[in-house]
Amino acid sequence: MTTSLSGPGAATQPPGREPVGPGLPGKSRTARHHAPITATGLLVKVILLGLTAGIAIWAAFPLVEAEKWVGLALLAATTAGLFYLYLTRRHIPAKYLVPGTLFLIAFQVVPVLYTASTAFTNFGDGHRGTKEDAIVAIQTASVKQVPGSAEYALSVATQGDPATGPLVFLVSDPGTGTVSAGDAGGLRRLDPADVTVAPGGKVTAAEGYTVLNFGQASARSQEITDLVVPTSGGALRSAGLSRAYEGKAIRAYDAGCDCVKDNETGKTWTADEDTGAFVAADGERLAQGWKVTVGLKNFSRVLTDPAISGPFFGTLLWNFAFAIGSTGGTFILGMFIALALHSPRMRGTNFYRILLILPYAMPSFAMLLVWRDMFNTDFGLVNNLFGLGVDWFGQEWSARIAVILVQLWLGYPYMFLVATGALQAIPKELTEATSVDGASPWQSFRAVTLPLLLVALSPLLIASFAYNFNNFNAIYLTTEGGPFPADNPTAGATDLLITYTYRLAFGAQGAQFGLAAAVSIFIFTIVAVVSAVSFRRTRKQEEVYS
Amino acid sequence: MRIRTAGVVAVLGLALAASGCGSDSSDEPAAKESTKAATGGKLVIWADDKRTAALKPFAEKFGQENGVTVEVQAVSKDLQTNFVTASQQGSGPDVVVGAHDWIGNLVQNGAIDPVQLAAEQKSGFNETAVKAVTFNGQLYGVPYAMENLALIRNTELAPEAPKTIEDLVAAGKKLKAEKKASEILCLQSGQNGDAYHIYPLYTSGGGYLFGTGANGDYDPKDLGVGKPESIEAFKKIAKLGEKGDGALKRSITGENSIATFTGKKCAFLVSGPWAIADAKKASISYDISPVPGFAGGKEAQPFVGVQAFYVAAKGKNKALAQEFVANHVTTPELAVALYTAEPRPPALTAALDQVKGTDPDLAKFQEAGKNGQVLPAIPAMATIWDPFGKAEAAIIGGADPAKTITAAGKTISGQIK
Repeated sequence: MTTSLSGPGAATQPPGREPVGPGLPGKSRTARHHAPITATGLLVKVILLGLTAGIAIWAAFPLVEAEKWVGLALLAATTAGLFYLYLTRRHIPAKYLVPGTLFLIAFQVVPVLYTASTAFTNFGDGHRGTKEDAIVAIQTASVKQVPGSAEYALSVATQGDPATGPLVFLVSDPGTGTVSAGDAGGLRRLDPADVTVAPGGKVTAAEGYTVLNFGQASARSQEITDLVVPTSGGALRSAGLSRAYEGKAIRAYDAGCDCVKDNETGKTWTADEDTGAFVAADGERLAQGWKVTVGLKNFSRVLTDPAISGPFFGTLLWNFAFAIGSTGGTFILGMFIALALHSPRMRGTNFYRILLILPYAMPSFAMLLVWRDMFNTDFGLVNNLFGLGVDWFGQEWSARIAVILVQLWLGYPYMFLVATGALQAIPKELTEATSVDGASPWQSFRAVTLPLLLVALSPLLIASFAYNFNNFNAIYLTTEGGPFPADNPTAGATDLLITYTYRLAFGAQGAQFGLAAAVSIFIFTIVAVVSAVSFRRTRKQEEVYS
Repeated sequence: MRIRTAGVVAVLGLALAASGCGSDSSDEPAAKESTKAATGGKLVIWADDKRTAALKPFAEKFGQENGVTVEVQAVSKDLQTNFVTASQQGSGPDVVVGAHDWIGNLVQNGAIDPVQLAAEQKSGFNETAVKAVTFNGQLYGVPYAMENLALIRNTELAPEAPKTIEDLVAAGKKLKAEKKASEILCLQSGQNGDAYHIYPLYTSGGGYLFGTGANGDYDPKDLGVGKPESIEAFKKIAKLGEKGDGALKRSITGENSIATFTGKKCAFLVSGPWAIADAKKASISYDISPVPGFAGGKEAQPFVGVQAFYVAAKGKNKALAQEFVANHVTTPELAVALYTAEPRPPALTAALDQVKGTDPDLAKFQEAGKNGQVLPAIPAMATIWDPFGKAEAAIIGGADPAKTITAAGKTISGQIK
């Protein structure tokens, strides 16, 4: 996604190239309009707009081919809008706002809307496509070879041009050696004198027909797959390009009753538009379903299904503990190390800083797996080093402590970095003044340094909290949510809402994107509320100290 | 991610950014193809990295002989999911290579078509392999390799193949007492269990996952987990666990079990053909025998998995794909080439006979899998892995078998649609 999305040149239009250099705020409208046009500015503008046009044209072809007219109209409108905006000398603020807004719409608003719209459907495995897709799949899957029928050697031929002429199947029965030509009208026996048959039974030439080679035939693949030659027992169909068999579709869709009928058993499955599946009277449903809108069903399932809502609050509580523990722990550790290295009496600070940065520089994905192995009961470094026999991931509390320890190790260098930066911004005079007033270093830290640090770092702490609240990798790559109570394999002691949801939506019978989207909306709400409340409190704090 | 991409294009098709992205990943090849299709036709095959390398020369030869373009594309991650998503969007391949237990999910998503093989073609394959790719009475793929678990033992430490699991534990305990090994048995479990590796012992204890219906297919309505037989089986497994003999341990994971064996810390390893390369590299003298069952119990039956070629239902060149899969994958040359890329027993009897002489391990693995059970391909199987594995881990750790397995059975049946 990231790489493929890196080329949207239209939206990368830097706004600053408009020659507005002398356009100071105090200047009048007319003065701004007469700003000089520099050669560089013009050149950059031409290049960027050219790029925009180029990319728009490049993107238009696939849209035309896929007949996505709405998309094409939007593409044209956006491009035209961009050209208008940057070719006119008016709308200066829009020149700055539009590129960012386009990015915001494309990468934030659309995915969020798409997720939200998915939450109202049953989109998932077995319910991906349309009803028509499902019907085609059911009918194709039910084509069976007529019992006891012959296998035919097949040659695809035509009586006209190899690329466009109507297709004919030349089939020979290896048993009897008879050769027939078949098309939608049925089979006609051919005179043996008119045909040349290769040793394998394949017809290589026939009077009046042009036999297609594989290359020619495969260019008309769709027509060959669709060509069905009716016979008395069923129909001849191609199995590849060199064999044909007599097959019969056992199941067929009947639009009259909106149902699928099985010709062998007589059983019917009626379409159920609420669940997007064909269901028989005895409750049996066909595997191939389709996507339907299910309204609020996914949401109500989250709230009412005891398997989902039962462990929800326990998980939520631990989820908060984990996010607060990870954020708070890393912050405290990082801050104290920063304070220690900030002290002027400390020597070799650069050396320590490099060492401390190391965990941050390593890919956390790999480090999480390493830590998981280090906590192994019998082979892990932690137990071997300390001579312990703790079953770390096997017990509720040791597993929780272990994952927080891992987070601490992974996260404190970041907090150390930002705390170091913030500390350097606090004027020395303030702390010196406290010591003149006779405050102990602790009092000075409590009353001056910490509040000022918090003003600077609060937004980062909130962001870190929100990140850890949904820190899927931290759990999934270490404990996988375990240990699980013996009587409930769905909710483990270290499960976060997100890992719990993942198991729920993707661990069962195929992926259920609709349900996953509904739960992610719930999680989004929780995180948004927590963040909003925290930001409000931070603002109050800032007012006190600024 | 492709879904989101699709959403960006389809739902709003907004801005150049979105459309540029969609065309980059999916629509562009389609555009190229349509121009080419006019002249010769093109076959696109998706496989994982290892198999892509093995397939390439063969695919090129097929292309040259038949005047078509064959493109083998490596999809190194989540091949199944990517295939289903891409198929839905119409940007998928014509042929895909993968494990047979995908079939249930691929069929419910309408992503693959049945393949019609002539009777004599079918008879060339191992019977179990054909059974594995048969779903709802239809053949959905052409198998090329099989795999199953076996007991691999270090012959320096354990010269005799144990007849029962009790013999194995006794031998392992003796080695441990003599400090020749630190573990009795390397059978991977991990903190959350491993249903695939415990399955032979589960069957030997009398347990089953799904009953079979009249047509020989697995029946998702007849769930064996939680039934009295499964509790009995896990009571026996519990005796081997951490609170019992200590032969089964949660600390032995998929990451360390083979390494512990090749480090000569355990004499017995339950694993598949993929472990052999490591054993050879560590120059361990090993032998392969069937996984032993409990004394007086049933046979220990490992799962048999099959790798197969499938024809994509929404491919652009289905006739050519059918031709390739039905008439060219069935030749021994390709099977042997794929065996060379990764040594798993070929499903084609003729190919197996060809390589058996140079690789005695193959026959031994096949012997170990002779009584094996085909890994269920029904979609309901996806609900088994996680709860079953967790129950296994809990029981190995000392939890009450009856309570744990009953809960797992309840969870599984609640998820089966």
